[in-house]
Amino acid sequence: MAILELQDVEKTFFSLETMTTAIENINLTIEKGEFISFIGPSGCGKTTLLSLVSGLILPTKGQIILDGVPIEKPTPETGYMLQQDYLFPWLSIEENILLGLKILDKTSKEEKERPIKLLEQLGLLDKLKNYPYELSGGMRQRVALVRMLSTDPELLLLDEPFSALDYQSKLKLEDLVFSTIRAHKKTAILVTHDIGEAIAMSDRIILLAGRPGRIQNEFIIPKQLSQELPFKVRTSDTFNSLFQKIWKEMESSEESS
Amino acid sequence: MKNHRKEMLQEYKKKEKKKRGWIKLSQLTILVSFFLAWEVTTALRWLDPLLFSSPSRVWALFLDRIQDGSLFFHTSVTLFETVLGFILGTGVGIIIAALLWWSPFLSRVLDPYLVILNSMPKVALGPILIVGLGPGFTSIIFMGALISVIITTMVIYSAFKGVDDNYLKVIQSFGATKFQSFSTVIFPACYPTMISTLKVNVGLSWVGVIVGEFLVSQQGLGYMIIYGFQVFNFTLVMLSLVIIAILATCMYQGVELIEKKLIRHH
Repeated sequence: MAILELQDVEKTFFSLETMTTAIENINLTIEKGEFISFIGPSGCGKTTLLSLVSGLILPTKGQIILDGVPIEKPTPETGYMLQQDYLFPWLSIEENILLGLKILDKTSKEEKERPIKLLEQLGLLDKLKNYPYELSGGMRQRVALVRMLSTDPELLLLDEPFSALDYQSKLKLEDLVFSTIRAHKKTAILVTHDIGEAIAMSDRIILLAGRPGRIQNEFIIPKQLSQELPFKVRTSDTFNSLFQKIWKEMESSEESS
Repeated sequence: MKNHRKEMLQEYKKKEKKKRGWIKLSQLTILVSFFLAWEVTTALRWLDPLLFSSPSRVWALFLDRIQDGSLFFHTSVTLFETVLGFILGTGVGIIIAALLWWSPFLSRVLDPYLVILNSMPKVALGPILIVGLGPGFTSIIFMGALISVIITTMVIYSAFKGVDDNYLKVIQSFGATKFQSFSTVIFPACYPTMISTLKVNVGLSWVGVIVGEFLVSQQGLGYMIIYGFQVFNFTLVMLSLVIIAILATCMYQGVELIEKKLIRHH
């Protein structure tokens, strides 16, 4: 069943001096439970695409349909995770992860239990009363993951969530995010410029070409890889051949443009 | 193994304590020698005691004025006006800043007027205030507020605008309304700026109120200064100055207390 449909989506930004078309002709269907990655060179409109799906900005043409309803503004159906954790420094970890529920006015005891339990699963229950500055980068990003999942969104939007971390934390967090998302049977869209990360985590990779951004190609990751934990995928033989294939495709698109 | 660390810690603490002691001592020395020099130079008539008074004269006058109750009266009038002007100026400034943040249209419309009002010397409006609101404490309070309100608006508004958009993205992705975005993100993110504005405004509202009292010339510490000046009683002027210095410092300390409560984790 399709959870998200992008129909002929285009986004152009206007200013008095210029107008810039960030993306055009985007047609895409994402199935429920799928893990999709958008990769491409910088300036190919990956983040614009994600902002469109989140409802933070609206397309200039075409429409985006989430669960049968066109997106017109941000909905609690989608969760958003950014490059940096953007935890609110003046709130404790507990207040940070309960913020979404507070906004939605869902403050019953049962509702609050979900994020607290999730925090426990990620091994951070003892940090409940701490403040963000007392945590390491990897821990903070884990808290951000809990915050995103606190309102139980169906569709998760991940905007390069690992790019600000050191390599070791990044690999660990990839496994953690992957297994958490799979365990909760969520649909996810990951934006990244890291080919390896895209292969390790996704079911399907959408390669975008730049200026204006459009879909250039699509790669399906074989089932036996997409079911494995990202760290394990990185060590397999198929990983390398896929990497080469996508790399070449990206190179050729940059040369032609 | 661990013992030598403990010893070093003790040593470090001792050193640090000593350093702090020296700083406090030096501060006290400056204060005492200032008053001492003032007393001695005027007693020896190196400085004219008619113009510069002396600590002993100020002290005598202080006791005298406490007994007849006039000092308490004037001080409380001024303190009341200053605190009210301070709260009014800061509060209204923050409210206007919030309105400007809320409506970009309004902020673009009002931008040139804010610039003009900001560069205007507010105390020059004093006579108009007195004509409009009457020569009483209302116009003096307005003076104290007016002098800080525009700069507060400008500083806080630019702080509101400067909050990282990604924080807004986070909250909006939960479906937050504009009001929720303001109250949970924009406002608390600007506590540090608000505190530093409060600190500046303590000084500004004193300026406004004292000038206001100069002009109205009925009561308060500003009146005591201008009256002492006119009848050539500089002991009265000095007494007022010392009291203002003490009160302004207390207010500043009060703001720092708020700061400690409000900004524990920024």
